[in-house]
Amino acid sequence: MVTKLALRNIFGSGLRTWLNIFILSLSYFVIIALQGFFVGWQEDATREMKEWDLAGGQYWQQSYDPYDPFTLDDSHGPTPKELQEKIKKDKAISILLTPATIYPKGRMRNIVLKGIDPQQKLLKIPTKHLRSDEDEISCLIGSEFAKKIDIKEGEYLVLRWRDKNGVYDAEDVKIAHIFHTTVLTVESNQIWIPLSQLQEMLDLPGEVTIITMKDENYNKQFQGWTYRNLDFLLADLKNMIKAKTVGSSIIYFLLLFLAVLAIFDTQILSIFRRRKEMGTMMAMGMTRPKIIQLFTTEGALHAVFAIFMGAIYGIPLLNYFEKVGMNIGMDAKEWGLSGLEDALYPVYGWKLVLGTIIFVFLTVIIVSYLPTRKISRLKPTDALRGKMTKKKVD
Amino acid sequence: MNKLIEMKNVMKKYPMGKTDFVALENIDLKFSEGEFTGIVGPSGSGKTTILNIIGSLDSQSSGDVLVMGKQIAKLSNTKSARLRSQKIGFIFQTYNLLPVYTVFENVEFPLLLLNMSKEKRKILVNEALKWVGLTDKIKSKPAQLSGGECQRVAIARAIVKEPKLVLADEPTANLDAENSHNILKMMKKINEETGTTFIFATHDAKVIKYITRKITLLDGSIAQDEIVSGG
Ligand SMILES: Nc1ncnc2c1ncn2[C@@H]1O[C@H](COP(=O)(O)OP(=O)(O)OP(=O)(O)O)[C@@H](O)[C@H]1O
Ligand SMILES: [Mg+2]
Repeated sequence: MVTKLALRNIFGSGLRTWLNIFILSLSYFVIIALQGFFVGWQEDATREMKEWDLAGGQYWQQSYDPYDPFTLDDSHGPTPKELQEKIKKDKAISILLTPATIYPKGRMRNIVLKGIDPQQKLLKIPTKHLRSDEDEISCLIGSEFAKKIDIKEGEYLVLRWRDKNGVYDAEDVKIAHIFHTTVLTVESNQIWIPLSQLQEMLDLPGEVTIITMKDENYNKQFQGWTYRNLDFLLADLKNMIKAKTVGSSIIYFLLLFLAVLAIFDTQILSIFRRRKEMGTMMAMGMTRPKIIQLFTTEGALHAVFAIFMGAIYGIPLLNYFEKVGMNIGMDAKEWGLSGLEDALYPVYGWKLVLGTIIFVFLTVIIVSYLPTRKISRLKPTDALRGKMTKKKVD
Repeated sequence: MNKLIEMKNVMKKYPMGKTDFVALENIDLKFSEGEFTGIVGPSGSGKTTILNIIGSLDSQSSGDVLVMGKQIAKLSNTKSARLRSQKIGFIFQTYNLLPVYTVFENVEFPLLLLNMSKEKRKILVNEALKWVGLTDKIKSKPAQLSGGECQRVAIARAIVKEPKLVLADEPTANLDAENSHNILKMMKKINEETGTTFIFATHDAKVIKYITRKITLLDGSIAQDEIVSGG
């Protein structure tokens, strides 16, 4: 009987109810969409960074500090024996870093010169374009950086560097290939050349700066090397996304507030407004538990209808976002963030969807239940008069 | 005849600022089964208050009220609700129809509380609406009805479950003469055929013509209690 009456209340009260149900459905949708956006972003960015840069974790030569370019001169050392074995088996690759200068269009620009094995298969960097068998030095460069210094494939750059003894040398390098990536740490202000050539140029045979491991948490200690696991290496990204999530939560909370306001309107406000209705029901002999049940069910049904309404427009929209991506309409590079293409592919897990539904559902039930319980404690005459007193009926 | 209602030395006061306002005082009344009684008196004399107390919608400040052998002030919430749903039909001065329900659904509501079958509900609701002459407005909402039509829906809702006791607060206030007479005749007929007790609160001369007992209230006290001819 209660469900029947609750449905009657909903369908009887017309457009306003549906408007509120719509706003409620919007709150489901926005929460799910926004959360999916951030989950998708994090997943995309993490995957890209692993594929292009981090793989399963890295050993850093102990002097190496990516935030301090002056450490670069000293951060190199011979690869530990055990890791050499790994490299041979394609389970790891090593990279040598050194500060250098290029002169695109005659302007000086400080960069990081990176040496990498052209045969490597661990990272997505297209090292197969590098040739170490030719006399000239060939190099890879990221598309953003290439655009910045205005250079094209096949053109040459003047490169100047210092060897381990501080002796300057310079040579022309050929742009063998320009690659596109979203991972800024392998593209901004840097040039990739074959490792063996760089070692020769610096007079540092067999020495490297970073050893990138295929397997995660390969946790052995080696003298002179610091192991950095993925948690450490991805911490910046995670913090940044968290900050953005919190920043965007302003919109999120605004919408949630709107949604709660809608619930408030349908439930608390209208339940107080509907006190007379409850008084009438009491006067006709509806028991207190039944009245509480009725109005709480009504609230819950709002939430259920909102799920269906939200599903009608939400599922196609979310599917669309998932396929086509959300155009985030901002310059990801400006955020200094890796892993962000122009469009982002949100991820909607069942946990997220279910969690949101339960969250909204509980909110609705609580805000329906509490005021109803309060009103149902009134004497029928008081409820009918619309006066709030604390006197109980019994 | 069996005693249906007994009020002993009933007093009702409402808090009014620092002092209390006494709405009823020294009310000693007995009602028997099958009565067709009117409580008359000027506005503010306490008519509605008496009906509310009898109907267990409100409680007296002191004194005893027995309805169908039960001390209603001592009934639990659920028991007094059950008493109302099973035995008492209430016609409110202000109608108190449920705004989101149609006419049919409003009249059906008390039957839903009694868990009556759908077929039976339909028969009873249609019958009650026929009595009050509203068969053509079954699907209307209260907001689409005139005052008199609302009043008739309220009447149909009170009598549809064939209660033992009908408490009717100014049931004819908004009805024209013809409708008033039709409805009063119908109520009288129910009263005679089923022994349903009717207690009216009214100052409508048309109602007074039908009642068989007239209780006059003045400032919350009984001024007169007399048997009258009745229609
Ligand atoms: N909740 C209340 N609080 C304070 N005073 C009240 C309350 N309810 C009723 N009264 C007062 O009690 C007195 C009796 O009220 P009641 O409604 O019983 O009068 P009535 O005889 O039904 O009048 P009417 O013919 O206008 O309907 C009135 O003076 C009224 O102001
Ligand atoms: Mg009155």
